[in-house]
This record gives sequence, structure tokens and C-alpha cells, in this order.
Amino acid sequence: MIEVKDLYKIYQIGDMEVHALDGISMTINDGEMVSIMGPSGSGKSTLMAILGCLDIPTSGSYFIDGEDTSKMNEDQQAFIRAHKIGFVFQQFNLLPRTDALENVMLPLIYDGTNPKERVERAEEALEIVGLKERMHHHPNQLSGGQQQRVAIARALVNQPSILLADEPTGNLDSKTGAEIIAIFQRLHRERHQTIVYVTHDAFTARHTERIIHIADGQVRKEELVPEPLIANPERTQRPEEKSAA
Amino acid sequence: MKLKFISDLNLVGNVRIAVRALKTNKLRSSLTVLGIVIGVAAVVALLSIGKGATASISDSVASMGSNLITISAQRRFGPGGSGSSATLLYSDYEDILSGVSGIREAVPVYEGQKTISSSTRSSNYSISGVTANYLDVRSYEIGSGRFISEEDFDESKQVVVLGSQIAEDIFDGLSPLGRTLKIGDKNFTVIGVFAESGSSTGMSSGDNVVLIPLSTAYNKVFGTTAMSNGKKTISTIFISASSSDVVDQVITDSELMLRSNHSLTLTEDLPFSVASQAQALEALSSVSGTMTAFLGAIAAISLLVGGIGIMNIELVSVTERTREIGLRKAVGATQRIILTQFMIETMTLATLGGILGILLGSGIALVFTWAGLITAKITVDTLLLSFFSAALIGLFFGLYPAYQASKLRPIVALRYE
Repeated sequence: MIEVKDLYKIYQIGDMEVHALDGISMTINDGEMVSIMGPSGSGKSTLMAILGCLDIPTSGSYFIDGEDTSKMNEDQQAFIRAHKIGFVFQQFNLLPRTDALENVMLPLIYDGTNPKERVERAEEALEIVGLKERMHHHPNQLSGGQQQRVAIARALVNQPSILLADEPTGNLDSKTGAEIIAIFQRLHRERHQTIVYVTHDAFTARHTERIIHIADGQVRKEELVPEPLIANPERTQRPEEKSAA
Repeated sequence: MKLKFISDLNLVGNVRIAVRALKTNKLRSSLTVLGIVIGVAAVVALLSIGKGATASISDSVASMGSNLITISAQRRFGPGGSGSSATLLYSDYEDILSGVSGIREAVPVYEGQKTISSSTRSSNYSISGVTANYLDVRSYEIGSGRFISEEDFDESKQVVVLGSQIAEDIFDGLSPLGRTLKIGDKNFTVIGVFAESGSSTGMSSGDNVVLIPLSTAYNKVFGTTAMSNGKKTISTIFISASSSDVVDQVITDSELMLRSNHSLTLTEDLPFSVASQAQALEALSSVSGTMTAFLGAIAAISLLVGGIGIMNIELVSVTERTREIGLRKAVGATQRIILTQFMIETMTLATLGGILGILLGSGIALVFTWAGLITAKITVDTLLLSFFSAALIGLFFGLYPAYQASKLRPIVALRYE
């Protein structure tokens, strides 16, 4: 379970104070698929960084599974990142010149898993995202959608408490994007994975159970989605098809 | 909260990462390594050549015969210019020979400069007047003909023994035995030529000596030049002690004899040098050793420059891989892990350079030997020193870039374009 209480993130720029986060509180329960939505500058990226233990707040607390990470030192945060958090980025961020299997195994090197088990678990994760046959391909041999799927496998491989996705479809076309959202939904449905999805797009946000709207560093409203949309890549039109119709 | 201690060193994994990173940009890696290669090669080559020279000196000094003691006048360089403050006399030789025990053989030598002319050429040479037992004390070998005999000495005959190089120079390669040459204005017959010596350092080499009987030197060649206050002077006394045990005793006794002959008290400085082989060897080896170390130090400077090169390239590499570093941190790498990764990368580069440098430096040393310039001596400690210097350079100069990498904030690093 994730609990955020009165989170502030204040930057000193010259003699100006910038409040990237201005008193945010929220709770995310196990097994929930939640989206955080807001325009650029709303603070969602900053919030994402703190949720992912990549940054610490200026004040406030952030509890993961009962532990307050806001007071942790660098090494302790690295531990949390290795064991409890899975990240999917907009720009995929795969290691170049390294095959898919090794990319997926990366978190397992840092969480102390032994080499044999690393390979097994990485293969398993690639199977979940349907890319096992391409496990020895390098990123430059994979399409955008395939690369993002490798990234998702990497995010899953250490069985994280929370999977954070920061605009994961931002660099993909709508059909491929739908494929990716479908994978997230399947993970949520079949494995009860807790997923926090950051986006600026309302349509994408409607695929999740709850939308937390953010603006100017604060929570504006929380919106429940009684019937989330189901992503269906077959029925999603490509941009060329849309304009032809 | 328990922190699991991961084997941070992860040597195999990190070396694999390092090799992959280096293969990525082979040209850049090669140019970076080049600095270390040149530095290590310079250290290996110069140290090997220097050690070879030292060994060669030791060998040639040792070849002059052990138990050898050399007495000569010390030249003092005073404000008025150079000049000896005391003169070694022939009578000193006679007194030492009769008064000091433990002497097997003693040879007095007078050395002076005179023009030597053959039918084709004429030049100034250093000429030594010696006694017939000279070869008992100095280990030169006659190649052809014979050495000066007692009879030559007794009758002040005008005969001369030449070193092989001088013989060749004077007679233009013609066989010198039996030929005549002029020393000063007197005719001399060549009765013997020394065999070519193997020493390549050129010092104390028998190839460049001109030897005549000491009596001839006094009576026929140098005359009053060789006199001081009406007494016959000499340049050097060579003494072969009867055994290595008595060498020190002979030195002490000879010094006392000289003090007594020249009216010097025990506390005054002795203006003569009475030195044994061992002492000469020590002094020369020490000088040569110092020079070798000096050369090595200069070479080490180039190694240092190579290290600076590695540091710069690693800094560039860290900048280029900012996103990668951010990602690794995002999936759980600690600062220490990133630091270790980049340190091992730098050290891999440096040790690779070390190995290549050792090969190159050894090759250069062998080329020198093959070309007959100096017989280089490649020793294990030279190779180990060079290798570990390279590794240390990698460690030291890799520290700063690795530290920079470890300090990158992941959230900033991930957004880096």
C-alpha cells in the first residue's frame, strides 16, 4: 500500500521559491490501477520521481508497505528501488548494445539474485509480455512497441509492490499504444499488480479505475471510473486510417 | 531495516560491462590506451636499457680482475684551475711494493699524451708506460704478437703494444705487427696487439690502449715532463692483492705508506685515491643505478600524462552515459555500485594499456640489444613495477570520473538529452 501525506517539494531558484509539489496527499491500495493526470507543469513528474524513490520531498512523508521512505538515505532508497519499485519510462531507457534478456535482468543484478535465477526470472517476465522469442535481440532490432514491452518486463522482473508508468505511450502511435495499455490492464487483472499511471491524456486515464487530477502541485479532485475502458488494439485505428474514414 | 550486502565488486560482471563499453568506441578506447601504452613502454625500455648498462659496467669492471686495487692521485679543482695537489712518485710504488704485505703483483703506470704518426696519419693519443707484469694484474689478452718483456724494460726498447681499435685506426686495417710508428719523434715497433674486448660500454676497454715499457717512457718519450722535483712520477699503481681477505688491509697499509712518504698526518686529507675493485664497482654501479632511476622517473612522467588522458576520456564517457547511469540507479544501483563499475572500467583500460606497454617496451629493449647498442636487461621486477604502476594510474585517475558518475541524481540523469 502507498500512502502520501502532505508532500512538499520546493526548489530554490535564485531568490525565488518554486513549489513543484504544494501539499499532496493520497492513498493507493494494493491491486489498484490508478492514473495521475495533469497538464505539463502540474508537478506530476516530480510526484512520480518521489513515488519512485528517485527523489526525496522537502517535507511530508511517503509510506510504502508501512515504511517511511522520505527519511531514507541514498543507499536505503536504492534498496527500495531494487526491491519494491518497477519503472516504465516514456523513452523506454533500455541499455543499447545489450540484448533484451540482459536488459530485463538488470534490476536482478542489484537486488542480489543469483545468476541462474536471474535468467529464469527474466525469461519468465519476457514471456508475460510476449517477447520471449526475441530475447536476444538488441534494442535497435526492436520496434518502439517491442522496446516498451521489454521495459515493462524489466519493471516486473523484481516483483515490485508498485509499478510506475510515466507516459509510457508518449512515443508510440495509437495502435501500439493500445497494445501497451492492454498489457498493463492484463497485469492488473491477472496478477493484481498495483499500477500508477501518469498521463496528461484523459482518454488514456479512463482506462484506469481511479483518476487523481493534479494541477499546480496540488490534488484538485479524485475521480472514480466505474467502467474503465478496455484497450483493444485490433479496433484501434491508426492515424492514417482515421483520416481516410 | 536490514540492508542486504551485495557483492559490490562483481568483478566478472563489471569487467564484462567495461569490455563492452570499450568495444563500443574502439577508436576512442585505443587512443586513450595509447597514453598508458607509451608511458609503460618508456618505463620498461628505459629501465631495461639502464639496467643493462649497469650490468655491463659491473661486468667490465669485474673483468679487470678481482682483488684489484687502484692507487691514483686525486685531482683537486681549486680556484686557480685544475691540477693535482700531490704527485704519485715512482718511489711510492717501490716503497709500497717492499713495505706492504699481501701484495701478489704491483704495476706502476705513467700515462701521458703524445702524437702518434704512421705513414698515413697522425693524431694525439694517451700513451701508458707499464712494466712487464702488467698482464698479471689487468685482464687484457694478447691477440697477436707478444707483450712487453723484462728485456724490453731493462733495455728501454722502443716497442709498443696496441689495442685492437687503435691498431686499426693507425694502420688503416693493415696488419700492424712489425710495423713502425712514431711516438713523438721516436720510431717504435709494434710487437703485439690486444684481442678485441667484448665490452660495449667503451670504458676501460683494452681496444684503445697504447702501451710502452715504463723505462722507455721516462727515458725516450716523456723525459722531464714525467719528472717532478727531479723525481720520477707515475699516474697509477695497480695492485693485485694475494686474496680478497687482505684487500682492505693492503688498502690501509698503502694509505699509511703514502702518508708517511708525503709527510701527511693521520688527520689530513689524503690526496690520493686508494680504491679496491669492490669500491669502484659500488661507485660506478651507484651512479649508473641513479641514472637508471632518473630515466625511469622521466618515463613515469609520461605515464602520468597517460593517466590524465584516461581521466578525461572517462569523464566524457560518464557524460555520454548519463541516461544509462540514471537508469541503473532507478532500478536499484547504489552510489557505490556505480563508482565500482566505472573504476573497474578505468582500471581495465589501464591494465590493458600496461600489458601492451610491457610488450612494446620489451620489444624496444630487444631491438636495442639486437642492434648491438646496449645489452638490455629485462627483469621481472621491472615488468611488475610497470604493470602495477599502470593499474595504480587507472585506479587513481579513474576515481574522479567514477565519483562524478556515482553522484548523478537519477531523476536528473534520466531526463538528460
